[in-house]
Amino acid sequence: MPSDDPNHILEFPGGYTRSVGPVIGRFLSELRDGRLVGVRTRDGRVLVPPTEYDPDTGEDVTDEFVPVGPVGTVTTWSWVARPRKNHPLDRPFAWALVRMDGADTALLHALDLGVFDEGAGPPKFLRTGMRVRPRWRVERSGAIGDIECFQPEVTMITAPTRLEYRLRSGRALDRFLEGVSQGKIIGHRCDVCGQVIVPMKGLCPKDGVPTTQEVELPDTGTVTTFAVNNLPDPRAPEVPFVSAYILLDGAGLTMLALVAGIPADQVRMGMRVKAKWRPREEWGKTMANIRWFEPLDEPDVPFDAIKDYL
Amino acid sequence: MGNACAVIGVGQTAYKTKRLDVSVAGLLREAARRALDDAGLSWKDIDAVVIGKAPDLFEGVMTPEAYLADALGAAGKPIMRVHTAGSVGGSTAVVAASLIQSGVHRRVLTVAWEKQSESNATWALTVNTPYSTSLVVGAGGYFAPHIRAYMRRSGAPPHIGTLVAVKDRRNALKNPYAHLKIPGITREMVESTPMLWEPIRYLETCPSSDGACAMVLASEDAARQAPNPPAWVHGTAMRSEPIFFAGRDTVDPQGGRDCAADVYRQAGISDPRREIDVAEVYVPFSWYEPMWLENLGFCGEGEGWKLTESGATALDGDIPWNASGGVLSSNPIGASGMIRFAEAALQVRGLAGEHQVDGARRALGHAYGGGAQFFAMWIVGSEKP
Repeated sequence: MPSDDPNHILEFPGGYTRSVGPVIGRFLSELRDGRLVGVRTRDGRVLVPPTEYDPDTGEDVTDEFVPVGPVGTVTTWSWVARPRKNHPLDRPFAWALVRMDGADTALLHALDLGVFDEGAGPPKFLRTGMRVRPRWRVERSGAIGDIECFQPEVTMITAPTRLEYRLRSGRALDRFLEGVSQGKIIGHRCDVCGQVIVPMKGLCPKDGVPTTQEVELPDTGTVTTFAVNNLPDPRAPEVPFVSAYILLDGAGLTMLALVAGIPADQVRMGMRVKAKWRPREEWGKTMANIRWFEPLDEPDVPFDAIKDYL
Repeated sequence: MGNACAVIGVGQTAYKTKRLDVSVAGLLREAARRALDDAGLSWKDIDAVVIGKAPDLFEGVMTPEAYLADALGAAGKPIMRVHTAGSVGGSTAVVAASLIQSGVHRRVLTVAWEKQSESNATWALTVNTPYSTSLVVGAGGYFAPHIRAYMRRSGAPPHIGTLVAVKDRRNALKNPYAHLKIPGITREMVESTPMLWEPIRYLETCPSSDGACAMVLASEDAARQAPNPPAWVHGTAMRSEPIFFAGRDTVDPQGGRDCAADVYRQAGISDPRREIDVAEVYVPFSWYEPMWLENLGFCGEGEGWKLTESGATALDGDIPWNASGGVLSSNPIGASGMIRFAEAALQVRGLAGEHQVDGARRALGHAYGGGAQFFAMWIVGSEKP
């Protein structure tokens, strides 16, 4: 690519002056006021941008000026992936022919479609028939550049959503997490059904009664059932990963946890597992202390022993 | 059950990946206006509006009933929103029916919807609070282990899920509103798609759809004035259960069994397979057909997959399930339950078009949600009960 830097500049001092005449003058005056107008030809067509003559017949146009827009339709376009320094936009854009509503001819202007990297291809939504509107400059002088560019109609807005909480774990869960912070897994035994609920909630959802009787459970258990996830998740180390229901020894219900340390296609219902704890210095009051569960070198539990926990 | 209640209008939008041409309000109005047209009514004829959608985090629209009251012609009228996760479309219809059955209103408009293209269900279902340890990746990640448990417990051969995936998509080809249209779909095609959450394959999963469904429910005297045949409500039921408790059967939830028993009792049904002509059942993952066949009492425990395999649930079987293509073919989540209820009504009205089951006189509409813990069902019939 040759350098864009010129080695010679020819520039007319101050720029040439141009008389614009009554038709184009009206068009530019209206532009300065933030309006787009066309001129009507003798056979009734509306020319935008206007000329003093009907380009098809050579006849003079009428003296009727017609407001057009505010929306126009792209009749054709050309994508500029690498804008030059004298282009109206410094990011990729399209040159487009835009026929304003109420007009019979199209005007050429730049079409801004948003932020694209230099060299990017045209977006899929850029197409003939697209509806666009002018973006007006605040300071206008009566020139085509009073329209900075065209832009698509508004079809989508974004609604930022953010809620800030001060969450507390509650008494039962707080006690459970306190246990986990010391490497212990604590559950509650229900006085009615006798089952151990872990993590405990301070109640038995089945019997609807409060629970208080603490039971410490081992960090070993049995996989009852599982999914092999082939979709990535930031909480899992890799894809595929196994999320499994694990029945801790002595528990009355399963808990969901990662299973690792074994190829996903070798995980089994009934497989014996043990918690893999993070290094003790990383422990906090969080279940994240248990990184995942890993297989134990023990025979699988028969299906009959887990079938009532599915 | 109270006073008689009938469906006199049904309206659906086409279900599509993206309906970027309309706002949420515009989407609902499209379905609602079609339901009003079917019922020969206008907005002013409606006494109350009941709406339902998936949980707020899906679309990030909070208290939609406040925002949508005017859009649904509810200014100066009661409007309420029902909220029961994925079963919401069904329970919304049940609540709307109860306003008629109680004698409070004569004509109730009920609408459910989802604009999944502007929603993020997987994020909403996966997002954690600091103290929870959820490792679920979307609905598929939640349901996959329970499907595996069903397969093991029932001894079902692995191809049963693909049979349902093919059957429902073939039915969808006959439904002008259905989203997924896969002409020539075969078992091989389904089996060649990747496992997303093993044992669930890509084509054994429901799509994400934009769409809305609406119904006009009416009292007996209002139904007698309706221009098109009504579908009479023979029974409605809802049940729920906690997601975690010791002794919970997640494969065959008690809440679903109790809900079915209740709605059958109201409708005087003792043998659902014989006495129901067509069923629209919430099957978002193909394996849920055999699972719900058992849970809904269409067969004994462990027998559901045999019914599916025999072709009994096909459009030409003795108990067609999801003649419309079901959730596997169209899934605007919040609306999916109501679509089941509305399609059941269309069948007994004889207005289901190309997927009409000949002579359907009694139909089941079913929805479930959450961790298979919320259930809503109704039985509708061509005769007034």
